[in-house]
Amino acid sequence: MQINPQEYAEASRYESLIKSYPGRPQYILAIMQDLQKQYNYLPRLALTMISSHVGVPVSKIYAMASFYKAFSLTPKGRFVFRVCDGTACHIKGSETLLDQLYQHLGIKAGQTTEDGQFSLETVNCLGACALAPVVVVNGKVYGKVKPGDLEEIIRECGGQCHVS
Amino acid sequence: MSAKIKENNYDQQTVLVCCGTGCTANGGRKVYEAFVEKVKDHTEWKVQPILKSTGCNGWCEKGPLVRIMPRDITYCSVTPKDVDEIINKTLLEGSLVKRLLYRDPVTKEHLSSHHQTDFYRKQHKVALRNIGEIDPGRIEDYIERGGYQALALALHNMSGQEVIDAVKASGLRGRGGGGFPTGVKWQSCKDAPGQPKYIICNGDEGDPGAFMDRSIMEGDPHTVIEGMILGAYAVGASQGFIYVRDEYDLAVQYLGKAIEDARSHGYLGPNILNSGFSFDIEIVRGGGAFVCGEETALIASIEGRTGEPKDKYIFPSEKGLWGQPTVINNVETWANVPVIILHGADSFASIGTSGSKGTKVFSLVGKVVNTGLVEVPMGTTLREIIFEIGGGVLKKRKFKAVQTGGPSGGCIPEELLDLPIDFDSLTQAGSMMGSGGLIVMDDHTCMVEVARYYVNFLAGESCGKCTPCREGIRALLEILTRICNGEGRPEDVEMLEEISTTMQEASLCALGRTAPNPVLSTLRYFRDEYLAHIEQHKCPAGVCRNLTTFYIDADACTGCGLCKKQCSVDAIQGEKKETHVIDESLCIRCGECFRNCAFNAVKIR
Repeated sequence: MQINPQEYAEASRYESLIKSYPGRPQYILAIMQDLQKQYNYLPRLALTMISSHVGVPVSKIYAMASFYKAFSLTPKGRFVFRVCDGTACHIKGSETLLDQLYQHLGIKAGQTTEDGQFSLETVNCLGACALAPVVVVNGKVYGKVKPGDLEEIIRECGGQCHVS
Repeated sequence: MSAKIKENNYDQQTVLVCCGTGCTANGGRKVYEAFVEKVKDHTEWKVQPILKSTGCNGWCEKGPLVRIMPRDITYCSVTPKDVDEIINKTLLEGSLVKRLLYRDPVTKEHLSSHHQTDFYRKQHKVALRNIGEIDPGRIEDYIERGGYQALALALHNMSGQEVIDAVKASGLRGRGGGGFPTGVKWQSCKDAPGQPKYIICNGDEGDPGAFMDRSIMEGDPHTVIEGMILGAYAVGASQGFIYVRDEYDLAVQYLGKAIEDARSHGYLGPNILNSGFSFDIEIVRGGGAFVCGEETALIASIEGRTGEPKDKYIFPSEKGLWGQPTVINNVETWANVPVIILHGADSFASIGTSGSKGTKVFSLVGKVVNTGLVEVPMGTTLREIIFEIGGGVLKKRKFKAVQTGGPSGGCIPEELLDLPIDFDSLTQAGSMMGSGGLIVMDDHTCMVEVARYYVNFLAGESCGKCTPCREGIRALLEILTRICNGEGRPEDVEMLEEISTTMQEASLCALGRTAPNPVLSTLRYFRDEYLAHIEQHKCPAGVCRNLTTFYIDADACTGCGLCKKQCSVDAIQGEKKETHVIDESLCIRCGECFRNCAFNAVKIR
């Protein structure tokens, strides 16, 4: 694989992580999960490196990266709002929370604000149904969230709400 | 069960702090840390109490739970601030902290142990037998409660075939949803030619609103591992995989530790307990795709491909992982196996109904008083679970339906509440057992919107390989969205039924074949709601925003101000003790006022 000098430093960062797994297809998923955890997305260069490490065409690697929900091909914001949209949360009003976050931040599920501060995601179920509806921001769990609580949560992250 | 599940002998005061997912989110871990810190600060102990963080006790509604053994005291909703008082009063003086005890809503009596509550009294723990009683990070705790005895028994006194015969005789059926007889599956794998053979534990719990498997993996990882080793011995497999959702951090962590500990104790690895039998387990973290709960898709995912299912002309038990004979069972199924081997098939088969033996774990969520995990014998009625164990519908509202079986299941109405639940009765009612989610819905839940929710979920999860599922779900979603937006057409109901039937017949895997269930079951039991949306442009539950305008009934409003306080957009005006008014131009129709008004004064126009 041809790597230009600028990419060299980047590549060497990914290399140790990728090479820590044996070069077999069954480890593609695990490698991608570790990359996603460390960098918050799957860098393009890393995908080509996985491809040559495990001997699977990069098209197949891309297919996996886009198939599984855990992976993102673009960098995520500094604060990731994960709104649980499991059934229990849904019937207790998670949709209204998403609407309100759109009002405040101008992003829908799957999007990131232009300044790279906030990302909004939905998750299928966090298994904390007793606290429904649940919003998780960078690992911090907010339970029984009401639409009116969101402004405060956004402010905690140093964000500004748009006046809508 | 006639055979006893071994209880701990507590000769020392022990504090069990629930650190399951629900309690942790509620601050359980901080309570545990506070105990660790403060117990050290006290010097007056004759014998210092033992502190343990446990898996999920199931009663998430009242968490974080703290239990004091051997006196069997349970404190609810404990915060770090309460820790000092518990140490001083209960651990040192031996008295109760009354305000932290559960108060029975009917008798108003304070109950010192959770075992006295309706929530626990009616349960029967088999798969969850150890959870909440042990520290999942300590193999010694599991062994103390009879763990790995079934394994020793099987390896030294039973042949592989005898293990299969026992599982067959127990009547155990797969708990992941399908309900396929476990023993039959194992037999087919044992009889299939080819080596090596594989064992897989399906921990890709994807149903929204269901967290049974997660609790088992987090709270008692060794029971899953012991079950898998027994299965491997029975069919002659040498390698096992646990496929678990990567989002389940805690489960991955505890399973990893449990596998290491099992190896160092000689329960995993070469020549297990000097029997000559060798087996090992690897963890595979899933990538977050609902369809991977389907066996063949899961196998594809472990092999390192996109998780697309295959048609099952040949079952995985004959040709599965890398083309080799493979047994796949769900987490809860594996958790039952050690009990069957140790206490005998007969005692297991004595619980349940004629077609479905043993117990089933359900996650009881939604508009119900006691949210949490419950394990009951098969054949228990929905009414017992929801109203006796679950304490009924939240805020004493009217029960409308209970959704079972996740996105592939259906909604069951009030008239079927006395249905004894087992695999077959739920299928007949147009739903299914699924993995065990029970989502309670009240009269403020719109059934059309619920159907749209599930179809929307499946639209994102359909892998796209076969046309009936891919296109069918999209068409269903389009129609349901239209109806919820108030643009439904008279022919829509018929169209929904026609598409659904085609999908049931023509889809490749179970995801597509069962995807129309939420639509068909709501059409079957709540057709009038569909018609109200289409013909009268009304959403009787006040959920679909385009069809809903809230107003306050001047006769019923007492001017208490609760709705005004809860309105996040300041759309409600009014002085105290005077009738309040909703400004329709500001209202976002979130329904907070509608759901919370104690006088039912907020109404739908």
